[in-house]
Amino acid sequence: MTGRQKVLILFLTDSSLESAVVAWAQYDGTGERTHMSGDADEPPYATGLDALLDGWRLFQFAPLRPEPPGGEFTTSYLKYEFAFEKWIEPEAG
Amino acid sequence: MAPRDQLLTTLEMARFVARGFLRFDALVPEALNERFMAEVQEGPPPFAPAGTPLSECYAGTAMAEILRLPRLAGIIESLVGPNPRFDHQGIHFNPPAKVFEDMGYPVFAQHTHQDSTIDPRTAFDLQIMYFPHEVEPDMAGTRFIPGTHLRVVSEMACARYQNVVGQQKLVCPGGTILALHHGIWHGGAVNRTDRTRFMLKVRLNPTVRQCRLWNTDDLTPEMADPQPIFDPSRMFAPDPNDVQSILCKAEPWFEQDTGRLEFVNRIRLWRHLLGDDDFDAHHWLTRLENVPPDVRHL
Repeated sequence: MTGRQKVLILFLTDSSLESAVVAWAQYDGTGERTHMSGDADEPPYATGLDALLDGWRLFQFAPLRPEPPGGEFTTSYLKYEFAFEKWIEPEAG
Repeated sequence: MAPRDQLLTTLEMARFVARGFLRFDALVPEALNERFMAEVQEGPPPFAPAGTPLSECYAGTAMAEILRLPRLAGIIESLVGPNPRFDHQGIHFNPPAKVFEDMGYPVFAQHTHQDSTIDPRTAFDLQIMYFPHEVEPDMAGTRFIPGTHLRVVSEMACARYQNVVGQQKLVCPGGTILALHHGIWHGGAVNRTDRTRFMLKVRLNPTVRQCRLWNTDDLTPEMADPQPIFDPSRMFAPDPNDVQSILCKAEPWFEQDTGRLEFVNRIRLWRHLLGDDDFDAHHWLTRLENVPPDVRHL
């Protein structure tokens, strides 16, 4: 059996990994846990940095882009998205 | 027209503008809830064509009487005017998860979404959610995220936000009404009880400009007076009965920078509802609109 990926997506209050988590999603490729909308009210980590400290590997984050002319005040999707993974190797034997 | 004393107050309207919802627990009397539930066992409330005047919908049913309750009629009139059009209804029939699990189907909560499609209007539709029976904590009460209603997103594109700090999961007595701005992010949950949950959602379109439709008897010019800003005594203990403080109160999920844009957009919506392009809260728009004239010394 090959390894399996766990994905953690954190949405923070600003572009710094040290800022607070305001939304999150989790997907477990090992099949051990099923995560879904509305399944928790407390974030798994207080900040993005806390996820790093717990062994999550950051593999993508949202770039900073200037607001488009004419749309400076339009709010839309959450801006500060950070995606992490853990790679779970199968147990030997 | 609803009786004036049944319309929303200015503070209630400001809270709707800021948070995108108003909640009224047990507004519908139990006898009407029971009649509604009995009718639903026989079939859904009658569907009307989109665009039908609301007053012509649900004839002879419990729902017609519910919509005529003075308080609910006042809430509707305050938000979308005296003669709104029926857009559509959604009958949320949420059986126990065990029913699906026993059939071998996976059970998932509905993803977080915004109804309809991208909708950048300032005018808004009203979604009435009617919960005809008690909703217990494990019964899959509607999940919604206060303050998301002014975000311009494309329906299910925000499904990735599984959980948001400050999200609410409705637990309520029978007869509860949620009055929602059409843009609020929400989703259904998994029913872990052994009883089916019902909810009726009715979307209404305004037919008049949404300007001062509520009971404005409590509206005073002082509500627009400039206030000290970034004053710790006000910032950390905002007055819950002050319109400007209501419009500038952050939700726990607000990002640092776009949270301020939410204030700007709330103030713009409040201006629209007031019909007053000079209104401001905590100087947010006055500062942005300050373009002094050119004065040259010749």
